[in-house]
Amino acid sequence: MKLKLKIWRQKNQNSRGGFSNYTVEASPEMSFLEMLDVLNQQLIENKEEPVAFEHDCREGICGTCSMVINGQPHGPMGLTTTCQLHMRHYKDGDTIVIEPFRANSFPVIKDLVVDRASFDRIIEAGGFISVNTGQAPDGNTIPIEQDEAKKSFDAAACIGCGACVAACPNSSAMLFTAAKVAHLGHLPQGQVEQSKRVKRMIAQMDKEGFGNCSNTYACEAECPKGISVANIAKMNRAYFSAVVSTDEK
Amino acid sequence: MSWITNFLTSSLGKKLVMSLTGLFLIIFLVVHLAGNLQLLFDDGGEAFNIYAHMMSTDPLISVVAYGLYFFILLHIVQGILIAFQNRGARKVKYAMSNRKSNTFASRNMMLLGLLIFFFLAVHMGDFWYKMKFTNELDMVTYAGYDAAVRDLYTRVNAAFQEWWIVLIYIIGLIALALHLWHGFQSAFQTLGLNHKKYTPIIQGLGKIYSIVIPIGFAIIPLYYFFVK
Repeated sequence: MKLKLKIWRQKNQNSRGGFSNYTVEASPEMSFLEMLDVLNQQLIENKEEPVAFEHDCREGICGTCSMVINGQPHGPMGLTTTCQLHMRHYKDGDTIVIEPFRANSFPVIKDLVVDRASFDRIIEAGGFISVNTGQAPDGNTIPIEQDEAKKSFDAAACIGCGACVAACPNSSAMLFTAAKVAHLGHLPQGQVEQSKRVKRMIAQMDKEGFGNCSNTYACEAECPKGISVANIAKMNRAYFSAVVSTDEK
Repeated sequence: MSWITNFLTSSLGKKLVMSLTGLFLIIFLVVHLAGNLQLLFDDGGEAFNIYAHMMSTDPLISVVAYGLYFFILLHIVQGILIAFQNRGARKVKYAMSNRKSNTFASRNMMLLGLLIFFFLAVHMGDFWYKMKFTNELDMVTYAGYDAAVRDLYTRVNAAFQEWWIVLIYIIGLIALALHLWHGFQSAFQTLGLNHKKYTPIIQGLGKIYSIVIPIGFAIIPLYYFFVK
């Protein structure tokens, strides 16, 4: 299958980017990233600069691959990361527009690669448990009701890819932050620091310049891991209660 | 006091203000509609004029009314500030974006809000301002009611004979319906009320409310224009 690609090329963080057009020969069993590998091979052979894009596990679990494909983060398939998207969902002759995730808090480093360190700083602000909770066997000695464990696990499925920010019309990071808060907050080990955690993570999220949540739920619709916006409501509750219960300003 | 300013300037604090003022306005709309439906009585405006007199003179209602003006302004100013901040959070826009992942109303709350605001300016300028600050309206008396009251009914009747005023009302009410379509359930989500037990009920009530209330209001100008 022959595809026309319109890809965002940008030399570095400070340069102005723009779209470049390419054609590539792909086969239906390729993944989207393999199709880009073929394009890059082609560019290298022509002594052109290959397209920079992020990838790591290519199994849909690491959260490294990003890019917005025809207006959708991770492309058109629900609950699917870019690396798990396959070319069989496209037809011969299709035009595909590929852009980086866009938000002031995710500056473009090069081409389709963006800097998501703002997420790391939100985690550093409180997305952890300060005491040593031991290894897996130690965790298993604490009985946790199945429904709570499931809620925690559903939130822990967040791979921190940033598709929520990319999809949100306000570039809000609420779904990511809420997933991390819910993941730890549903477990007894995470309960002790929950109030301070919520306050500090939200303060950092605001400081990073993400927009405010306006409940459009585009994040939930585009999340490759199906994180529910109910986590955002839970974080809101926890935040309002933290404001009146913690000693911190 | 800095914990209060920290809270009110945080993204969640700002949203809480939007949610609570929005819910207050949602309650107000029910009361306002209930009062206005008296315009449909075939009594030459007696019930409506007496009601309007009571609404503009009762001291308790005056206190609530000043609260209402304040909350409307707070909702508007805060909403505009949030919307501009949100737009500014993505300086380089997408060449292509997916419109299916959210609703038109949820993306355009500021635009819909501004349409409602322009409608409100026309609406209040025509009735509220003339009732409270001018002597344009004639005084009438009714048997069984001691005080002479302003004849707001005649002004309403005259306004709703003008096609362009009726059109402004219909546009304003369509904007209101869309604003509520997103705003009703959104207010509860912001408060942290989202659970599979009751969220479907809130969403259902929100949809019914955002259709029934604007239609209730729209009946009045349409009835005066086409029937009376």
